Amino acid sequence: MKLLKLVPDDTNIDFVRLRTWAFGLTLALSLLAVGLVFTRGLNMGVDFVGGLMIEERFPTPPDQNRVRQVIDGLGVGEASLQQVGDPRALSIRLPVQQGADDGATNRVVRKVESALGQAFPGATFSRYSTVSGKVSGELVQHGILAVVLAVLGIGLFAIFRFEWQFGVSTIVAIVHDLLMTLGFFALTRFEFDLNIVAAVLTIIGYSINDKIVIDDRIRENMRRYRKMEMRDIINLSVNETLPRTVMTSVTILLALLAMLLLGGHVLRGFTAAMILGIVVGTYSSIYVSSSLLIALGLRAEPNREKPGTTDKTKIDDAERIVPRQR
Amino acid sequence: MLDFPRWKVWSIYAVLAALVALAMPSVLSGILPSNLAAHLPAKPRINLGLDLAGGSYLLLEADTNDLANSRLETMRDQIAAEMKRGSPRIAIGDISTRNGQLSFMLRDPSQVDAARERLLSIAGGGAGMTGQREWDIQVVDSSRFVLKPTQAGLDEAINTAMGDATEVVRRRIDELGTREPTIVRQGTNRILVQVPGLQNPQALKDLLGKTAKLEFKMVEENVSPADLAANRAPLGAQILTYVDGGPNARIAVKRSTVISGDQLVDATQGYDPQTNAPIVNFTFDGQGGRRFAKTTTDNVGKRFAIILDNQVISAPSINTPILGGRGYIQGNFTVDSANQLAIALRSGKLPVNLKVIEESTVGPDLGADSIRAGLLASAIAVALVVVFMLVTYGRFGVYANLAVVINVFVIVGVLAVLGGTLTLPGIAGFVLTIGTAVDANVLINERIREERRRGRSVVQSVELGYKEASRTIFEANVTHAISGLIMLVLGSGPVKGFAVVLLIGIVTSVFTAVTFTRMLVAQWIRRTKPKTINI
Repeated sequence: MKLLKLVPDDTNIDFVRLRTWAFGLTLALSLLAVGLVFTRGLNMGVDFVGGLMIEERFPTPPDQNRVRQVIDGLGVGEASLQQVGDPRALSIRLPVQQGADDGATNRVVRKVESALGQAFPGATFSRYSTVSGKVSGELVQHGILAVVLAVLGIGLFAIFRFEWQFGVSTIVAIVHDLLMTLGFFALTRFEFDLNIVAAVLTIIGYSINDKIVIDDRIRENMRRYRKMEMRDIINLSVNETLPRTVMTSVTILLALLAMLLLGGHVLRGFTAAMILGIVVGTYSSIYVSSSLLIALGLRAEPNREKPGTTDKTKIDDAERIVPRQR
Repeated sequence: MLDFPRWKVWSIYAVLAALVALAMPSVLSGILPSNLAAHLPAKPRINLGLDLAGGSYLLLEADTNDLANSRLETMRDQIAAEMKRGSPRIAIGDISTRNGQLSFMLRDPSQVDAARERLLSIAGGGAGMTGQREWDIQVVDSSRFVLKPTQAGLDEAINTAMGDATEVVRRRIDELGTREPTIVRQGTNRILVQVPGLQNPQALKDLLGKTAKLEFKMVEENVSPADLAANRAPLGAQILTYVDGGPNARIAVKRSTVISGDQLVDATQGYDPQTNAPIVNFTFDGQGGRRFAKTTTDNVGKRFAIILDNQVISAPSINTPILGGRGYIQGNFTVDSANQLAIALRSGKLPVNLKVIEESTVGPDLGADSIRAGLLASAIAVALVVVFMLVTYGRFGVYANLAVVINVFVIVGVLAVLGGTLTLPGIAGFVLTIGTAVDANVLINERIREERRRGRSVVQSVELGYKEASRTIFEANVTHAISGLIMLVLGSGPVKGFAVVLLIGIVTSVFTAVTFTRMLVAQWIRRTKPKTINI
């Protein structure tokens, strides 16, 4: 049986040569993402800004203007409507209710429910959630703290296991991934809620996973080919791990695409974020973190190697196929 | 590396078989028709989270300021009573509970020492296990006492109150007859309530929003309408409003409580025999009953007020002494509201006010839709990955696929044993784990391909492939686990559900994707001794 090979055996792309272009593109995209976040802002879910979210299911696709009229007539603040999943379901967002007592929010939920029930017979709520301003503030803090801790923790791990240059380049690449994800959410106006924080943390985990695989190979090749130029070592390592990088990204993307298309609307933003994160993370593994290692002045230094950690496979160097020199 | 002694092979099979067996009750209950599923053992089984089963999630927060204030007020009443008692009486005045502290003046400064002694007897005790004092007692200007609650004392009081409140919440929810509610304390002053399958969370919130502090007090009749309107209460009295009476319906009652709801043993909803209106029947315990009998005997012809959470429900006249320790509360009740009050009274009063600060309710239809969609997506995801691995790696792909499928069962088994809850993000975690578990096999297989290209023998390539890839897999999984752990610690609700599945998946996938497949490959190589492999 002929087996599938996504990346041909003798692939040797000069990734490093493209790095100046890639850096330019990366910088431009990152600035664009920051700009988008600041100008358009994120569509924060009730988790983070507090307020009220009701998801209502109608027997037939409703006229959004009429729904808005019905809710505006209740005097409970400005509603923002969004279609979720199939055309019969609508998510209705309302601001935090004035008045200290929590009864106010309950009354609004009931008011909206009964008003919509009258205007659209057969409409039922599928879910609703209310978050007070206090809790939403805590959730924001926890979310930011979680992301910062994850980046630092993993960066420290990379420094501890590898050289400091690996730690720095990994953190820069992750910040890049984060900016891209935020930019994506600013662009698409997908709701940014607690689940997305989980997606972001997973993206960080995955992206680092990807970088560690390449870093690991760079380290191995640094020991094996001491005389080789750093840019050649990086090129060689990225190319050697390319089949795995592509293969894994494709399998995970297949799994996530199934989730995006069939997994129901509740998780749509979550899966979309992951898919984006995997694409961006793969890109940054190749172009941001690996290429940055050259800029950071990483070089093979035989003296730094501790005795005893010497790679035993080195003695076999003679029979290795030396990478093609350009 | 490829040497697997028989005992090792058997123990790997045994571990996997045990974990898969543990997954069976959960898996089968989702597949079999309900009449067959009923015969399955109840444990171990995965619980479905609220987003899948439908239900309500409430986060309640206690008002600790409120608690601090009521503690000050209790202390004020205690001090007033203590100073009056015995001889010599200690005259005090200007007693106030402002700015979070309690202060009062001695009329006769020479009694300072005697007053301090009495004060120490009621406010000098230690708090909790640490034995730290509950109150700081100071004397200012030789005759003014200032009592400040210490932080330790306050913390202990909050702790006790929250423990009691959690119990009361549990009793009230049990009274609603809901299935398997989760009620846990969170942090210092919060209670998390999850009720699966609840259709109408409004009743629950109404019930939990009531403190249900029931008091019986005598009505103060010596008050002019002008004073009532101006909210000026005579000495030893206070002015309260009626529950349903609007701002003008005020009534003056004596401050001292005749009987409180603590002395109730039962409360039920009933009907007034004359008007057939819903009422709440109650029964006092022995001591409360005697006190009620004495008060009603002494005060025939006067009125007493029935007060719930500082609002007057009704103020009936005492026509005849009530001796049996039973009575009923009349008010403007519906059957539901009378029933709710009865439940609240039965379950005892909440020591603190609870506020709903976060709520989310998922209707059962959406939950069912989500399960269906999630399972379908997972099945398709597995199928896609399996086909893809097969066409890419051939025989080695089959081994990887076996590992992936077993891994799914193993995760379910571990989750069931840990009593975990599967949420919708948890299903996403599953799908992602399938993807990353495959990554381990991809790393190994790609490495084997590489080594083969370098001209190594089959056995050498396989050995090196597993050895070199294992280090990378370890490092990659550690970083993954770091972000998973952070999510587990800092995440709330759905994020936690995702993190749990992710973490379990990381551990189990190393076992299935590395150890298990290595064993399969080793056995195949030993059996057939292939000269070349198609990878």
